Amino acid sequence: MSDLIDELVGIAPGDHLDTLRAKRPIVRRDAQASYEELIVSPSDLDRASAAERAAIGYWVAALSQAAALAGHYRSLLASLDPAVLDALVTAIPEATTTGPYGAYPPGPLSVEDEDGLHWTAPASLHSAVGDRLAAALEHTHLLTFRPRDSNPKALQALLDAGWTTDGIVTISQLVAFIHFQLRVIAGLTVLKEAN
Amino acid sequence: MTEQVIRHPDNVEPDAFTQAQLEWEPWLEPKPIEALTQTDREALKGRRADSPYFRLLVRDPIVLGARTRADIDIFTNEDGGLPRPERELAAAAASRVNGCLYCASVHSRAATELSGRRDDVQRLLDDGIDSEQDERWTAVIEAAAALTATPSRFAPAHVAALKAAGFDDQAIVDVIQSAAFFNWANRLMLSLGEPAPPVGD
Repeated sequence: MSDLIDELVGIAPGDHLDTLRAKRPIVRRDAQASYEELIVSPSDLDRASAAERAAIGYWVAALSQAAALAGHYRSLLASLDPAVLDALVTAIPEATTTGPYGAYPPGPLSVEDEDGLHWTAPASLHSAVGDRLAAALEHTHLLTFRPRDSNPKALQALLDAGWTTDGIVTISQLVAFIHFQLRVIAGLTVLKEAN
Repeated sequence: MTEQVIRHPDNVEPDAFTQAQLEWEPWLEPKPIEALTQTDREALKGRRADSPYFRLLVRDPIVLGARTRADIDIFTNEDGGLPRPERELAAAAASRVNGCLYCASVHSRAATELSGRRDDVQRLLDDGIDSEQDERWTAVIEAAAALTATPSRFAPAHVAALKAAGFDDQAIVDVIQSAAFFNWANRLMLSLGEPAPPVGD
């Protein structure tokens, strides 16, 4: 059975990292199962379409500068909606920054507040991908770089742009899961090279 | 009119990291208990069905089920690898960096329960990832923090520090997966609702 993390890290059966991953068989299986249900073959495409899911996946990985995973989602999106991919590739440079940053509720932690880019989709991106996907991309940017700035207004913006409650849960899982996926890949890649 | 989020104008959000048991209020409607299907109940296995957080996530039951099973394997599978207190420490460190007060409260409390080192855990919460710790905890915290940065800053030096502190490769995989998992969990907890003070406060 193919496993995307093994493929992108470069882990072959019998490798040292294969043996290590095999000791945590459930997370290995369910990381792949999450990827399949969220992106490759979702059981419900009404709440979020295949192209929307691929676009959000590419956006998370590209913003996070996770090159191998971004390349993978880029190919997937190219096969589903090349015009959306072009628009995202154009938008990436101005949206990319480093994180996490954001604000805490006013109080003793306010000394740790750190400001940074509050990215909004430019008009050109809205017209290329539509208001609904543009709203999801803005939310993805928020979750990627400044998750502690999250607030109910951000979810209201998604509802107003046409996302349902079920759809918001799914795209939130999609964004959050890819932050797990790209870090497992990053961590195992470093471990592989260190050995 | 489109659907509306749920606001909690009377909630006074906690303003400091704590090991106390916090509450959590959702911004979207959790699935009502009476509407849960058999698939939903399967997905909620091992979780409190009265939890608003898990009843919100069960709106995508297949993903919730996979996520819960991965969570349990990463944090409780004791076939070698990282001792469980240090897995909870990695989770707490990632949550401290992302600023998830709720997640940090759950996993700092778990780290204390499993390690008996309440003061050390509290220093992580109070002073952050640069808090004074012994060599082993410093290596775990720094690795988890580096992996939590966007883009990841996790580097060969973190692997070397973990090895120098006595951790083997299986344990390093556990550090990676524990920290990575909380970059999943923190983003859900932070973006779908807000923490509330302990009941009775």
